[in-house]
Amino acid sequence: MRAVTEMAASTTLPAAGTMFDVERIRKDFPVLRQLVHGKPLVYLDNAATSQKPKAVVETMERYYLTGNSNVHRGIHLLSERATEAFEGARAKAARFFNVGDVREIVFVRGATEGINLVAHSFAGPRLAAGDEVLISEMEHHSNIVPWQIVCRQTGALLRVVPINDDGELRVDEYERLLSPKTRLVSITHVSNALGTINPVKQLIEMAHERGVPVLIDGAQAAPHLPVDVQALDCDFYVCSGHKLFGPTGIGVVFGKARHLEAMPPYQGGGDMILSVTFEKTIYNEAPLKFEAGTPHIAGAIGLGAAIDYLGSIGLDRIAAYESDLLVYATDAISTIPGIRIIGTAKEKASILSFVLDDVHAHDIGTILDQEGIAIRTGHHCAQPVLQRFGVPATARVSIAFYNTRDEVDALVKAIYRATELFG
Amino acid sequence: MSDLRELYQEVILDHNKRPQNFRTLESANRTAEGYNPLCGDQITVYLLVEDQVIKEVAFQGSGCAISKASASMMTTVVKGKTAADAERLFKTFHRMVTADPDTASDPEAIGKLAAFAGVREFPVRVKCATLPWHTLHAALEGKAHIASTE
Repeated sequence: MRAVTEMAASTTLPAAGTMFDVERIRKDFPVLRQLVHGKPLVYLDNAATSQKPKAVVETMERYYLTGNSNVHRGIHLLSERATEAFEGARAKAARFFNVGDVREIVFVRGATEGINLVAHSFAGPRLAAGDEVLISEMEHHSNIVPWQIVCRQTGALLRVVPINDDGELRVDEYERLLSPKTRLVSITHVSNALGTINPVKQLIEMAHERGVPVLIDGAQAAPHLPVDVQALDCDFYVCSGHKLFGPTGIGVVFGKARHLEAMPPYQGGGDMILSVTFEKTIYNEAPLKFEAGTPHIAGAIGLGAAIDYLGSIGLDRIAAYESDLLVYATDAISTIPGIRIIGTAKEKASILSFVLDDVHAHDIGTILDQEGIAIRTGHHCAQPVLQRFGVPATARVSIAFYNTRDEVDALVKAIYRATELFG
Repeated sequence: MSDLRELYQEVILDHNKRPQNFRTLESANRTAEGYNPLCGDQITVYLLVEDQVIKEVAFQGSGCAISKASASMMTTVVKGKTAADAERLFKTFHRMVTADPDTASDPEAIGKLAAFAGVREFPVRVKCATLPWHTLHAALEGKAHIASTE
């Protein structure tokens, strides 16, 4: 726990003039104003999905009520507007991740589909028997299973970088496992089960020194940290819109232009072609080459609105506020007898996973729910990392910038209640 | 809190803390493993069945208070019963934790398992209570492999 506290000490809080007005921010999220089992909702399951600001919902509603039309095909005004809004959202996503060329942003359903796209179209054709793909022990199932599938198809091997007892990636082991056989590294930016922030810039540099491309799973990082893909120099970066305060069913893949150009399509259909005859089809250029069929237009536009909303607050300020709240929560939870925090990395974001000696995670979840507090319990789609810590399930608190210290206090009180009930 | 007390009856908390027959069974001739993929609860049920009668029963595994207490109480009630009686009890139990309270079944048959009646107010926890029974069912059917509540 000391490590986490030390991190807090080095965090600069917003200056007095730019004080983070969380009560004002909460007004932008109508869903937060409700009672659950007669208690004010305390939503601490943001790593599963985040809530949506009014601006996102209204933007999508406006599109459906006044602008609905298909993109990239109509000559009529509504189609032109829809295309403009859809491509405008792509430009917003590009700016959000500091992408140099807007054509390097591909819309997908979410981070999972993004990883599958890269596994199928980028890794698949490059892998041969005996080649290796390198992931880490703290990956979400979505950054494990697509690689297992492509490895099985190609005869390549999946190698796993271990983590230490604090839940930090073993960089020495990473270096050792980066071999002449490594064809691709795919690592999470922030662990969904532990909250660990990986030193991705360093990991990318080390891989690039050996000519190995790197995919970064940003599903849990993008909502909490400023991400600059040019500074990171990653080859691919994926994220989900619904964790980024946008709608479900939309996400983005950043891919370096030279990779996207060289990759074969992921799915076939409309929009991804330039011309089709039964003898020969000419594919469209990236990113449309990877966007077969009518896309989730409203989703992309909604994601654009979420990005605008985040921009109006500033990811730097969000990160500073959340970091302070995470330390506050960690310190408060640490006082509960019999608690063990799973994931005590020096660098953490948003997530606080724990187990209690005498109360199973599911029972904690039910008891907290009765107090209006929503958390996730279980294996968080990251079974290997829980096995690493010898626990079948944890209770996971995941905070967002609309959470407050009062909510953390309510959480701690409810956990005490659970220990009393089982005492 | 009152709703929680309905769910976490004293007898459930006791069985969670001091589960009965919580061990492996060397002499078992029927074994099945149950797994709830949603939450990771895992249980192994061991049976010694002779002449269609459950002579010995034990369990191992990890899970929440509801699943552990349910497994523990299940072992205490099915020991000595015929396989057919145990299956009938499973059906009665299942009805109790899933059905409308007004249609809930016969208190005589259910006996001390009535402590789990509160589970029906917590739909997401029904699978916790029934996982041990699904696994018992799989063992009786001779399906050695994983029983899922899905």
